[in-house]
Amino acid sequence: MLDFSILTTYYDLFFKGFLTTIEVSIIGLICSFILGVIVAVMRIAPLRILNYFGTCFVEFIRNIPLIIIVFFFYHGLSVYINLSGFAAGTIGLSIYTAAFIAEAVRAGIQSVDKGQMEAARSSGLKYIQAMRYVILPQAVKIVIPPIGNQFINLVKNSSILGVVAGMELMYFADYIHEKTYVTFDTYIFAAMFYLVLTIPLSLFVNYLERRLARSY
Amino acid sequence: MKKWLFIGVIFTLIAALMVGCGKSSSGSKSDGTLAKIKERGKFVVGVKYDTYLFGYKDPKSGDVTGFDIDIAKALAKKILGDEKKVELVEITSKTRIPKLKNGDIDAIIATMTITEDRKREVNFSDVYFDAGQSLLVKKGSSIKSVDDLKKGTKVIAVKGATSGDNVKKAAPETELLEFENYAEAFTALKSGKGDALTTDNSILYGMAAQDSDYEVVGSTFTEEPYGIAMVKGDQEFVDYVNKFLKDLQGSGEYAKIKAKWIKE
Repeated sequence: MLDFSILTTYYDLFFKGFLTTIEVSIIGLICSFILGVIVAVMRIAPLRILNYFGTCFVEFIRNIPLIIIVFFFYHGLSVYINLSGFAAGTIGLSIYTAAFIAEAVRAGIQSVDKGQMEAARSSGLKYIQAMRYVILPQAVKIVIPPIGNQFINLVKNSSILGVVAGMELMYFADYIHEKTYVTFDTYIFAAMFYLVLTIPLSLFVNYLERRLARSY
Repeated sequence: MKKWLFIGVIFTLIAALMVGCGKSSSGSKSDGTLAKIKERGKFVVGVKYDTYLFGYKDPKSGDVTGFDIDIAKALAKKILGDEKKVELVEITSKTRIPKLKNGDIDAIIATMTITEDRKREVNFSDVYFDAGQSLLVKKGSSIKSVDDLKKGTKVIAVKGATSGDNVKKAAPETELLEFENYAEAFTALKSGKGDALTTDNSILYGMAAQDSDYEVVGSTFTEEPYGIAMVKGDQEFVDYVNKFLKDLQGSGEYAKIKAKWIKE
């Protein structure tokens, strides 16, 4: 069975890493959501040049491995600005997740029937008003599950900080592993710490989904 | 409520899986390593690919060369009569013990320091190389020796190596940053993530040889006797390897290999 002495002996390290993981996740959640929505709006705005930049951002970022983005901010930028592992990791993670969130939001807005916008506009609403009162309330319901997925991915992907000395859960799991040489149990405990974060997040997304479905 | 039941079931399954894994990893060491190697016709050895002078893969030619590689080849020649019958497997400080334990490799010849902690996990041969920990800094750095490591100094090390702990003992105030391998650690030093890089001087000399902007400073502050690691419980193989090392030294072959790589 699992060797719980690892958990009790190195509890402070696990916990320290766990707190950093939470910190990264919260900052990442907020930043990636804001950036993602901005990019989504750029992609659907009735202005060609904005569409272009939005599309470039999404296609460029989402087709590159996360670790390369993080290395870019950690090693690549060091000539100009020397970011810590924590900062570089959080920025990389936020930008990476933003690309996926942008796609989810864009798909959600565009999946609302065109007729809705046309009907709203012909009843005298301005474009912004139609968005605000007709399109977005419907889009939000569609968008919640895929965005929830991205948030869960973000929490798990925060493990990338482990490779740039970001001092989060994975970094300390590696550290404890190298001290004890107990591979399997150490990482299972790390996985459990991640579950403590992701399962409630998952349930919360499900709850939101049900809640919003009722509000029609 | 159904959902909670489902989650409960998942957790139970994970637990069951863990019990299973624990069992399977401990029951497969019936035959000796030596017999296994001869049957296979190949000596599978874990070496470093990122440690200049010891185990280094040339990115252009793809050849893996170094002091440890030559020792591995000599051992293959001794066991199988042909130094080409060696299969090199890339390992890092982090992956080497798990890989040895689950039988992926027959031995580790990879700048591995013999320590009491590790002796509980693996068997070691006699010392085949004497190294010591030192510091690598950018030329002109104010750090001249381990005594200059103060509070706020960032020291770079590699995960799974002994060097991180040692520097913490020698200078407890410093902040330690650990990376996956030596290449990443050296890149981190170059991009200014830390003030000094610490590991065995043998490895540091290799780095300094690659980039003349960096130099090894101070004398060694630990003793790092390198040993060949083998799976626990197979004394026959340990004796064999120890005899091999003795013969290698006796025949002058060892001195030749050492002179080829290490120029002090």
